[in-house]
Amino acid sequence: MDFSALITTILHGLTLGMVLMLVAGGLTIIFGMMEVLNFAHGSLYMLGAYFGYTVAHLTGSFWLAILIAPLAVGAVGFLIEFFSLRPLYGRPPLHHLLLTFGISLIVQNAIKFIWGNDIYSIEMPAFLSGSSSLLGVQYPTYRLFVLLFSVALSILIWLLITKTKWGVVVRAGTEDIETLEAHGIDTRKVFTAVFVVCAAFAAVGGAVVAPMRTVYPQMGVDIIIEAFIVVIIGGLGSIKGAVVGALILGLATQLGAVFLTGFADAAIYIVMAGILLFRPSGLVTETE
Amino acid sequence: MLRLQDVHTYYGPSHVLHGVSLSLAKGEAVSLIGRNGAGKTTLMRSIMQLTPPRQGSISLKDQVELTRLKPHEVFRLGVRLCPQGRGVFPKLTVEENLRLALVSQPKRETHLGVDKAYQLFPVLAEKRHQKVRGLSGGQRQILAIARALMGETSLLLMDEPSEGLAPLIVRELRDLIRQIKKTGITILLAEQNVKMALSACDRHYILEKGDIRFSGTTQELTCQQDILVQTLGVSSGVAECEAPAPT
Ligand SMILES: Nc1ncnc2c1ncn2[C@@H]1O[C@H](COP(=O)(O)OP(=O)(O)O)[C@@H](O)[C@H]1O
Ligand SMILES: [Mg+2]
Repeated sequence: MDFSALITTILHGLTLGMVLMLVAGGLTIIFGMMEVLNFAHGSLYMLGAYFGYTVAHLTGSFWLAILIAPLAVGAVGFLIEFFSLRPLYGRPPLHHLLLTFGISLIVQNAIKFIWGNDIYSIEMPAFLSGSSSLLGVQYPTYRLFVLLFSVALSILIWLLITKTKWGVVVRAGTEDIETLEAHGIDTRKVFTAVFVVCAAFAAVGGAVVAPMRTVYPQMGVDIIIEAFIVVIIGGLGSIKGAVVGALILGLATQLGAVFLTGFADAAIYIVMAGILLFRPSGLVTETE
Repeated sequence: MLRLQDVHTYYGPSHVLHGVSLSLAKGEAVSLIGRNGAGKTTLMRSIMQLTPPRQGSISLKDQVELTRLKPHEVFRLGVRLCPQGRGVFPKLTVEENLRLALVSQPKRETHLGVDKAYQLFPVLAEKRHQKVRGLSGGQRQILAIARALMGETSLLLMDEPSEGLAPLIVRELRDLIRQIKKTGITILLAEQNVKMALSACDRHYILEKGDIRFSGTTQELTCQQDILVQTLGVSSGVAECEAPAPT
């Protein structure tokens, strides 16, 4: 394998990892704060892609699609959190898992009902089609855009989490929600806000990858499995772990496809097993 | 300031507080003495509504019934809990821990802000950008107290602040509690350390298996050493009782 092919594979892996992070980051924050393993998080990503498709189809604007999709999915996230999760907080985790699994089935079937089983794509803006040269390789411009876009988004999230007072609240919430509540913070409202924001980020991910991947009714399940692997590798509830885990998984998937031809799908499981063998509770476990 | 009447608190089916009644006047420092498992933490959690009582009433300033509120609403009324085991956030910095307590409070000049907290507790100023994880037990306790004093505090609930601290630090803590009292803040101090309770507070309740077994002043308690021996298996370890002069 020559050098330029390796660069291409690594760039593919990073792009995939960054998109995965948008989903897995939300998954891990929601788990860390609310102790809810949100199986429906992949459905929110998928809804982002479908909403994005419809907006792009109706308006012809890609940019409107990646703006409106997260807003619409944020609203769906609000309905899910407020009407279904909220009454179940404090119950055993199995209750939430069953609930969110049910929601994911509902979303999937609603999508089939509305959009059918067809496979769609969002048309990318003309100036992002074609390829650009980078580090001596020709790389699809749109993929490069996705990479930069999601890096920019991650920096934004990072700034929100580390620099703002609401970021402090979120981090405190992943440590000890009860003490947070006892310090004047209405944690129920924080839960709702966090769920909505995480839903919106997942939706951006779904919408922005739609032009390079496709939009299909199974995509929610596909991504949620990968996102679960990411948070398990990274350490359940750890934000840093989600970033590290997503990049590892993205790279493993792409490198596996090249080096383990025929066993590409096994690569991520091998990586996961290897990591868990040495770090049973994930890579980033911040114990006191 | 605070009045509990016939408070019953449960964890699921297990009945922990069996009708506790007590009251604190404004500006008083009152201790709640009891062994491990007596229900001190449960009482603090009941006041804060972290474990809402199933029966009874808890009123603040004879105006607000706390049992109808959520913990964050109780906090906004000026009630502050320093939880057992400090309850600070280890992964956050000292400053973030302090600022957290201000998130829900309106900005006002007169309040104890972060800068004033650093003036009062220089040890925290030195560590302001360090993660709490690296702080000693005593420093964490100071942080927990400083955080509880941020903004408008009227009632301070301290759950075994001396637990696990060296005797010298415990004495500093006692002095700090006395100072806080002087600023007019009402204090309820849960302790197993009888000496600390007797020297920091003016009035005392002894809690045993979820019931109040004794209530009285420091003088009354030191005159009834047998109660301490019965309920805690210790004597006060402070000055012997001086019988009041005959009248
Ligand atoms: N979360 C809980 N669930 C069930 N029982 C509890 C819980 N916390 C405390 N208890 C029980 O309640 C009683 C009082 O505990 P606690 O209030 O912590 O006492 P203290 O603070 O005086 O040591 C103990 O018997 C303890 O076992
Ligand atoms: Mg206790």
